[in-house]
Amino acid sequence: MFSKTLHISTSPHIRQGMSTDMIMRNVVYAMLPLVVFSVVSFGLNALLVIITAVASSVLTEHALCRWSGKSSTVSDWSAVITGILLGLTLPPIFPLWMTFLGGVVSIAIGKFVFGGLGSNAFNPALVGRAFLQAAFPVAITTWHPSFLEGRFYSISKSVAAFPFSTPVVDGISGATPLSAFKFDKVTADTADLAFGFISGSTGETSAVLIILGGIYLAVRKMMNWRIPVAILTTVFVLSWILHIIDNQVYPSPEFMLFSGGLMLGAVFMATDMVGSPITPRGVVVYGVFIGLIVVVIRIWGGLPEGVMYAILLGNALTPHIDNLIRPRVYGTKKTKS
Amino acid sequence: MPKNGSKGEKNSTDIVLNLQSHTFRHGVHPPENKEETNKLPIRQFSFSPLIILPMQQHIGAPSRIIVREGQEVLRGQLLAEANGYMSVPVHAPVSGKIRKIAKVPVISGQMTEGIHIETFPYSGQEVIEGTPINFETASPEKILKGIQDAGIVGLGGAAFPTHVKLKIPEGKFCDHLIINGIECEPYLTTDHRVMLEQANDIYIGIRYLIKATGAKEVIIGIEGNKQDAADHLSKLIPADLPVTVQVVPVKYPQGAEKMLVTSLLGKEVPSGGLPIDVKAVVVNVATTAEIGRLLPHGQGIQERVITITGPGVKKKGNYLIPVGTPLRYVLEQVGAAENISEVYMGGPMMGVAVSNLDISIVKGTSGIVVFGEDNIAKTDKIFPCIKCGACVDACPISLNPSKLGILAKSEGYDTMAEEFHLMDCFECGSCSFVCPSNIPLVQYFRLSKGIIRKRNAEKTAKANV
Repeated sequence: MFSKTLHISTSPHIRQGMSTDMIMRNVVYAMLPLVVFSVVSFGLNALLVIITAVASSVLTEHALCRWSGKSSTVSDWSAVITGILLGLTLPPIFPLWMTFLGGVVSIAIGKFVFGGLGSNAFNPALVGRAFLQAAFPVAITTWHPSFLEGRFYSISKSVAAFPFSTPVVDGISGATPLSAFKFDKVTADTADLAFGFISGSTGETSAVLIILGGIYLAVRKMMNWRIPVAILTTVFVLSWILHIIDNQVYPSPEFMLFSGGLMLGAVFMATDMVGSPITPRGVVVYGVFIGLIVVVIRIWGGLPEGVMYAILLGNALTPHIDNLIRPRVYGTKKTKS
Repeated sequence: MPKNGSKGEKNSTDIVLNLQSHTFRHGVHPPENKEETNKLPIRQFSFSPLIILPMQQHIGAPSRIIVREGQEVLRGQLLAEANGYMSVPVHAPVSGKIRKIAKVPVISGQMTEGIHIETFPYSGQEVIEGTPINFETASPEKILKGIQDAGIVGLGGAAFPTHVKLKIPEGKFCDHLIINGIECEPYLTTDHRVMLEQANDIYIGIRYLIKATGAKEVIIGIEGNKQDAADHLSKLIPADLPVTVQVVPVKYPQGAEKMLVTSLLGKEVPSGGLPIDVKAVVVNVATTAEIGRLLPHGQGIQERVITITGPGVKKKGNYLIPVGTPLRYVLEQVGAAENISEVYMGGPMMGVAVSNLDISIVKGTSGIVVFGEDNIAKTDKIFPCIKCGACVDACPISLNPSKLGILAKSEGYDTMAEEFHLMDCFECGSCSFVCPSNIPLVQYFRLSKGIIRKRNAEKTAKANV
């Protein structure tokens, strides 16, 4: 009787059942509405940009794994997230060859050189985007109005630009609400901002869909809700104070919250588990810091938008936050050893 | 005066943290899976024709055998005596004839000295009486000696000699005697049934424990999923005992000594210390019942209550099984499936996987959980740590398992111990349980702790040369 060889394992013998690839897959699900909205508002151009970003991220990840003799880690879905995030942060008429290059840089420089998933110091998609911003400052600030007549099937000349050629700037480009405010002091309607009837990067325009995706992840305990709450609260409070001081110079807090890449960055980028602190108190410090930098760059900096740099700086600060903020261990007196 | 329901007065000099909540920080909620056996009364298990008794059933030195091959022994007779203070004796679990004294396998995979007894098939299996110990007249030392002589060890699973645990160190005092009826391991219902069926033994045991420790108050801690046991014990509190029954929220690892002290007293056991450092002693409820049953008769431990459960067995239940009963025999009797593929001794969170069915039931076996081949759905794929922080939110003593896991991989043992408090880890496994990347964190910590202990021992040995 009982002739089978017994399995042995070390305790605990049961697991909660959540897995890393499951978390990653759900982040993708949470971003899909943004992709759909982006295509609806900006047309096939946006779809091409996102598909190219995902394809180049996944291909780069696969190729680098093969090249270094490891088994491919594409199946953990994290490269897909990087690709979608990169695509969502680019202008909808961004040249595809540049998009492709951005995906390669995201994975190769942003992730692989650090040691792959879990070891990357910075959010890989933002590393790719920072590279694109430095390399192609004109193309990355060439915006496109949403819900244009006949937008859906018209492929912009800029999108299809031949590799290494300078893209032709479309006649129908339009400024984002943030740059309109920065340079011309024109504010946009809050409802338009919240629902996304504005121009901007492919995925940053609909604050409502971003928040819904965030709630989905937070409820499933796949995202630390404290991070977006800390960032958004900080931005709101700071810009509210400034707005009270002088409402002609400083934009309203609603405008600050719903414009630009803040929502997308706070919900989907700053929450990258790898680059954010591990303790509940640590993430609050991290979130407040990011919010502060966003306000500083937007209000006093030379750029209209500062979310990308704020999050990258937050990522850089993370190891130090984790080092400084340690919960008091049971039975010990002080936090620090 | 019985103090029922609410808590008694606390020593005013102690720092009280969270007395309202009656719980501890963090922790996890594994599926309980207790409903299949928690209504089933304890039943006597049949006597196996062959009993195989290892001499190492407890933490400490193995017992020294005092019988010879071919000798006939009576149930309850002393077979092996305690080999020093950190050891306990072994008594005959059945009346029978000693067939062999030889090495026998134990769960760790090692072989240890052991005794094979052929059970007399027609014996009434009456237990022989010893010298009774009276809790009213006996001195604390006499009671501790009686507990050692009865071969009693922690029945919750640790199998630490109870008399050693109860010995109050010089200069320290025990105010609070905590009876641990938490049983936070999934599947196990041993303590639950003991509390429902052996209340009298428990209260007699408490009388011995009060005398031995000098405790001023007794708190019986029970998790909220055993309200019936709490109600039952509350009703039966003897009028002259300072006992409180306290129900605490269900959360793993509530049954760990330190966590229970925190939940009941609102105090933390200092790092590297024991509950006695906050004037408390914690004793498992089944151990208490065993003391209450054996000491009035001067008998030794021969059997214990074990929950046998899991999808791989047909006759699930709570059984009174003689120590030394071969596991294979037990599984045959309870109708285990032919294709069983995983067997744990203890619960699924901290229990040990069995690799060899020829081992025996020992004093520390609180449960046997059996899984058939088709009941296991495990993803063994390990992902890198994504610093999600689930382990940080789970660790009951607020360690950073993520960081410790990374340090273990790079063999940073000194940093782990000195800067990240590794040695405070009591290996509850909550971190591994929640880890989405399937990283065997607690296994890393077990190994790292072993390596650190070995290094420290070598250092001390060198210093002494």
